[in-house]
Amino acid sequence: MTEYVSTTPGLYPLPDWAKDDLSDLKGHQKHDLISGDEGEEITAAYEEAREEVIGVQTEAGLDRIVEGQLRWDDMLAHPLAVADAVETRGIVRYYDNNNFYREPVVTDDLEPTGDVAAELEAATQLTGGEDLQAVLPGPYSLFDLATDEQYGDDADFLAAIADFLAGEVEAFPAVETLFLLEPSLVESAPADGLDERASEAIDRVASATDAEVVVQPYWGALEEKVYAHLLDADIDAVGFDFVANQDDNVYNLQEYGATDDVALGLADGQNTLVEDPEAIRDRVEWVEGQLGVTDFETVYLTTNTETFYLPYAKYVEKLEVLAEAADLAEVTAA
Amino acid sequence: MTNENKDQFRPADHENDHFLLTTVVGSYPKPKWLNRAKDRFEDEDSDFDEDNWQEAKDDAARLITAEHERAGLDVVVDGEMRRNEMVEFFADRIEGYEFNGPVKVWGHNYFDKPSVVSEVEYDDSWLVDEYEFTADATDRPVKVPITGPYTLANWSFNEAYEDDDELTLELADLVNEEIEKLVDAGARYIQIDEPALATTPDDHAIVGEALEHIVADIPEEVRIGLHVCYGDYSRIYPEILEFPVDEFDLELANGDYEQLDVFKDPEFSKDLALGVTDAHVAEVESVEQIEENILKGLEVVPPEQLVVSPDCGVKLLPRDVAYGKMANMVQAARNVEEDLDAGDIDVERGAPTPADD
Repeated sequence: MTEYVSTTPGLYPLPDWAKDDLSDLKGHQKHDLISGDEGEEITAAYEEAREEVIGVQTEAGLDRIVEGQLRWDDMLAHPLAVADAVETRGIVRYYDNNNFYREPVVTDDLEPTGDVAAELEAATQLTGGEDLQAVLPGPYSLFDLATDEQYGDDADFLAAIADFLAGEVEAFPAVETLFLLEPSLVESAPADGLDERASEAIDRVASATDAEVVVQPYWGALEEKVYAHLLDADIDAVGFDFVANQDDNVYNLQEYGATDDVALGLADGQNTLVEDPEAIRDRVEWVEGQLGVTDFETVYLTTNTETFYLPYAKYVEKLEVLAEAADLAEVTAA
Repeated sequence: MTNENKDQFRPADHENDHFLLTTVVGSYPKPKWLNRAKDRFEDEDSDFDEDNWQEAKDDAARLITAEHERAGLDVVVDGEMRRNEMVEFFADRIEGYEFNGPVKVWGHNYFDKPSVVSEVEYDDSWLVDEYEFTADATDRPVKVPITGPYTLANWSFNEAYEDDDELTLELADLVNEEIEKLVDAGARYIQIDEPALATTPDDHAIVGEALEHIVADIPEEVRIGLHVCYGDYSRIYPEILEFPVDEFDLELANGDYEQLDVFKDPEFSKDLALGVTDAHVAEVESVEQIEENILKGLEVVPPEQLVVSPDCGVKLLPRDVAYGKMANMVQAARNVEEDLDAGDIDVERGAPTPADD
């Protein structure tokens, strides 16, 4: 019987008070952003905000709890932005959004920092370690967001990023699930050769943990070949952004099959319109219906994208809807 | 060669034969006291009321309009003293929008991204009061910048319309209604700001369609400009030449004119309002430097089609720096005009292809 698990890809908006406090404490400029060695006051503000968003998830009844990635000023580029071998340079556009991050330029051999592991340790203290889900950029997206001045060659750079992320994962405390966010697999799809390497890189990171690994591409559907290669990686679930594209995602699922588990991005992480839990449940059934015989072991119900795009109150509502939709799906299935 | 539309803004006492119209994109640093007045107005314990706040904004608008005059600009703006943010200000005045709180742009920079929750409707005029006040405060022509419908749609959450294109066109009709009112009030120079086009350059077709809605039934002599900034122009040029506007106002100084060649082929058939000072460098460029930048524009269009302007709104600069840039920009334009009159300028205009006519 299918288990329905409500979760999110993390990267939450800061609570409004924390937006104010941290603006005041850190400033508004490029050099004011997170470097990984922030002082006591800033750390304290983030701790309080972390506790709040973990509380929001528990309250909403989500089945997986993320740390919230509130410190990730540079969004998915964060793990590199705090690494020693990286210089953060100009402000560059974050995909096709009205959002920007500091361009991380890799100028030396990459070494894991333990930065994300430390966040997860802090979250473990708050949750008791129950249902914790880690979030990282997938290696291909991080490779795509970064600039290489060290390795000199795409294949070597991608492999180095994969090793770097695997090193970060090895330092994690025990987690239930690891979400690897891979929007670049859609937005800047790897060409021939690189598509296979992207899959190998994901495999490398996934192999560094015993947790269930979900690879979540978004802002559309994967190209067929990219999807086919992705299925070769040793991962537990692929995510599908059904908000951005239904037909091509269904096509991929029908044509190439799926992992035993899937993640369905059914709530829009970039729109304040709050979905009805029933509508989300219906969409789950619709997807399952399209696939006929397929019976997934686990279906993760999630927003398609990160949720930092939303005003805080709307983000909270989205989480509540996902939790309720997963409960409804369980009931319907039973 | 003459350019009637542009020449209507030529000052009667203009000293040179050539005329490079000088203007600004719109926003200007707010005086510190205006920000303090706003804090007091928003403080519930303060006795600073609506009338006081209105008076403060009026004072600021008068002050900055005069500052633009003093800098010597041919066409002035009030520095957008009454506006908070380029989407918020309009969303606040359009039926169908609601605000749910701030969202991140980058780092700790946020904006109150509004949501369109029902059909957008025109209620009260947005800018006629602002225009009339500024026009009263100066003898110079006044330009009115308006955030374009594509940006208003794109930088909002769309809860109510099937897609953003539909919302964009609905908003374009409202912008058209507003421009009609502005024209009735005497406005002759309207600038549509579409910075969102840079984020999604593939959408130039819908921006063009929206502009058709915007200019519908607007008299020919009303000058319509389009401001675009910080993007990859090769992805929108030459398609934008089809847009029904008189002028393109482009940021180019910031990128050191790296993208200038984009506009040389095919021939630039509209007026070019060239960004000649960088709006994001808090250092006043010298008159000589700005003269060199103006000459870059002459590589694209003849003097008759050239307008001189900063890259973008200058509201993030210190006020004295903003003023210095305006003043040097005007001086540079006048120097180049003199050189043109004297026949001392020899710039090769690049890669022209035969025009249709």
